[in-house]
Amino acid sequence: MSMLLVQALNGLQFGVLLFLVAAGLSLVFGVMDLINLAHGVQYMLGAYVAATLGVWTGSFWLGALLSLPVALLVGLALEWLVFRHLYRRDHLSQVLATFGVILTVEEATRALWGSAPQTVLEPSGLTGGPMGGVEIVAGLIYPTYRLVIIGVGIVVPLLLWFLVERTRAGMLVRAGATHPAMVSALGVDIRRLFTVVFAFGAMLAGFAGALASPIFPVAPGMGDTVLILCFVVIVIGGVGSIRGAFIAALLVGLLDSVGRAMLPDLLRLVLDPSSARQTGAALASMLVYIVMAAILFFRPAGLFPGGRSA
Amino acid sequence: MTAPFHKTLRKHALALVTLLALAAAPFLGFGDGFALSLLARAMILGMAAVSLSLLVGGAGLVSLGHAATMGIGAYTVVAFDAAGISEGLIVFPAAIAAAAAYALVTGAVSLRTSGVHFIMITLAFGQMAFFTTSSFSSLGGDDGYTLYARTEWLGTRILDSRLTFHFLCLGLLALVWVGGGLLLGSRFGRVLRAARENPQRALAVGFQPYPYRLVAYVMAGAVGGLAGALLANATEFVSPALLSWTRSGELLFMVILGGVGQLGGAILGALAIVLLEESLSHLMVYWRLVFGPLLVLSVLFLPDGLVGAPLRLRAAFRFASPKRRNADA
Amino acid sequence: MPDPLLELRGLSKNFGALTVTSDVSLTVLPGEIHAIIGPNGAGKTTLIHQISGTLRPDRGTIRFAGQDVTALPFERRARLGLARSFQITSIVPGFTALENVALAVQARSGSSFRFLRPVAGEAALNAEARAALDTVGLGRVADRGAAALSHGEKRQLELAIAIAMNPRLLLLDEPLAGAGPEETERLIGILRALRSRYGILLVEHDMQAVFALADRISVLVYGRVIVTGTVDEIRGHPEVRTAYLGEDALA
Ligand SMILES: Nc1ncnc2c1ncn2[C@@H]1O[C@H](COP(=O)(O)OP(=O)(O)O)[C@@H](O)[C@H]1O
Ligand SMILES: [Mg+2]
Repeated sequence: MSMLLVQALNGLQFGVLLFLVAAGLSLVFGVMDLINLAHGVQYMLGAYVAATLGVWTGSFWLGALLSLPVALLVGLALEWLVFRHLYRRDHLSQVLATFGVILTVEEATRALWGSAPQTVLEPSGLTGGPMGGVEIVAGLIYPTYRLVIIGVGIVVPLLLWFLVERTRAGMLVRAGATHPAMVSALGVDIRRLFTVVFAFGAMLAGFAGALASPIFPVAPGMGDTVLILCFVVIVIGGVGSIRGAFIAALLVGLLDSVGRAMLPDLLRLVLDPSSARQTGAALASMLVYIVMAAILFFRPAGLFPGGRSA
Repeated sequence: MTAPFHKTLRKHALALVTLLALAAAPFLGFGDGFALSLLARAMILGMAAVSLSLLVGGAGLVSLGHAATMGIGAYTVVAFDAAGISEGLIVFPAAIAAAAAYALVTGAVSLRTSGVHFIMITLAFGQMAFFTTSSFSSLGGDDGYTLYARTEWLGTRILDSRLTFHFLCLGLLALVWVGGGLLLGSRFGRVLRAARENPQRALAVGFQPYPYRLVAYVMAGAVGGLAGALLANATEFVSPALLSWTRSGELLFMVILGGVGQLGGAILGALAIVLLEESLSHLMVYWRLVFGPLLVLSVLFLPDGLVGAPLRLRAAFRFASPKRRNADA
Repeated sequence: MPDPLLELRGLSKNFGALTVTSDVSLTVLPGEIHAIIGPNGAGKTTLIHQISGTLRPDRGTIRFAGQDVTALPFERRARLGLARSFQITSIVPGFTALENVALAVQARSGSSFRFLRPVAGEAALNAEARAALDTVGLGRVADRGAAALSHGEKRQLELAIAIAMNPRLLLLDEPLAGAGPEETERLIGILRALRSRYGILLVEHDMQAVFALADRISVLVYGRVIVTGTVDEIRGHPEVRTAYLGEDALA
């Protein structure tokens, strides 16, 4: 039982990270109609920069903080160099050009840092020493840091919701997503709006990468897995819907963690141990996609259709 | 009212020349083992790219998971190999059928969506296939599987001859290309093309695009499976990397680089990409630092692909020449 | 009175709080041109959408040729013989004019799951397509790309596509919109010639054309049919004069 609780918490925390990446992806798609495969690269860079600067400054937290402006700058540079030439192109061109960006940036990462996973400082200063834990129920200690991530994952979406629903900039973003021509007719510099949204999304993804760096291996390609799961999140949640992305991200995070932990055990009830392990692992990695397929079969536009229709 | 012969010839000149060059290559100094295996890979990927081009250019379905069909074809060969079966009359039909079945199931779901949704879902399904193959620990898991022997045909090991294999690949590539062209020009293809350009119009005259798209998707999947079975034989090694989403991206790139309007463009694109990768990776360690930007630049500056490049160049020259510009104004 | 080809009963449709179709009941008889007129935003196009199957009504039934088609999707209704044109021209731009029409012929002549034979060479399809193009006077541009046609020619092409479907009922949404005076004359002539073959539900702004063609006219205002009658009845109807037509339209 406590095992399930731990897996549920892990799933929640993974879901939160997915949301941070997916939110930017969804915003950029909603506002600019740009499908940006290279968004996962921001996540990877966030993790690398946090790890390196963390070791360099001797503090994980300082590293994580410094990774934000770096992610922002890289995002702006990529926008200026590549993405802004793609806003008027079809989705196919966008997919391919941003694919080229991924190949380039990942290769650059390998050239700079090598292919091996990076060492990451442990986030210090939390109760009970480095990576200390909290007793959440009797006899069950859960790492404080992971709880912090979950906390962040509750605060950031609220902040985002406030920004999008309650501020002038947010209103422009929402209007820009559905009626781009009208917003520019109102005299708003749509280019500037694009750049701001883009930079913001890039920073969120970088932030997610920094947060993830002590938990997941920091290696080239770490962004790809997250990116594809984010697509699943967006597809399930409904393109352009932040609320949908949040719910779908938690769903995907939970399914993935709990499935991986539970399916092999469940299958052991009907299969012999070795085939239970293999089938269980295979099923667990497919679980998210099977659920996605099922949801889409009944609701092709996702759970919360809205914003710009695909 | 079929187009006159010389017109057809001119339209497909570039692809025909490429195929002829591939036929002549073994006798013009590209007959050593290394060159032949490189060309075989290019032709096999070209086959998969042509089938993808059928989807992208013909039906307007941008799949970012096409490598999965290739991977399933390859893994079918491997699974039979592990079971001690290597008869081509069993293995190849099974590989094609497995890939087609995968395309049928995933297509049935994916095709309910369109646009960006479709891109994302095909990507997600491809990823699912990828993780599934990496969990096959009896087939090597992440590390992959080395084929014990190339596929036999009626007990003979004709595929062991590199030259035979070369011409088998070339013949199948030509077949897929011609077959795809016929398909697009048929009744079926007309419905696909109409539904790509204006689905509302297709519906208004009574065509629901879904079944036509699904059949096209399954056909492309079957060709992908064939390509995968050949690829397993060409490299005698299969790993999940074959199904990775970067492979799918690369296939898509071959289609676009060649030129999406013509199936033959995909052959050209495949050849260009395979040769470019090969030569770059010989020149430097981090060759993708050059390859990646080249891809980006080609998207930005070659929207019609290589097939359209000559026209584009001509137009650019005309624009640059001041005399003509005055004449045009 | 013959059985109606099309019969709407109590059709209603809301977009949120906006009522676009309100309890509409009307019939189209075989060989009849029934015109629907009404100011912009009255809900004419939305009504056509519901009849053709691109929108589902909230309430009410649609019977076509003796069959309840309310739940049938767009393409199935098309195959039953319900052809429509669109207010905003909808053709396949990359096809030639001929191919656009041949697509419609193809839809009703045998299976389209044929994979190898070049369709461009199917003489039977092309002959029927040419005949439909000739009917609307587009024979000479048959081999031109549809995207390169003039606006008026595209409208005519849509009509040719609808005819080529060999339908029983034509739903025409402002077929004359944007046509020049000469083209209008010709289109009116074509429609007059077609009436013997099909029932026609005609949405049109051009009163001259409507009065010249229609057997019956329904006036739609705010989604409601305020009156249905013959040309003379509508001309003389006081409510119509004030609410909609205006004096000059009758001149
Ligand atoms: N999809 C829709 N959603 C909301 N309102 C709509 C939609 N389509 C049409 N309307 C509204 O319904 C009313 C009727 O439109 P329409 O049927 O196009 O009128 P008409 O063809 O008579 O000019 C208009 O007020 C229009 O703005
Ligand atoms: Mg209208």
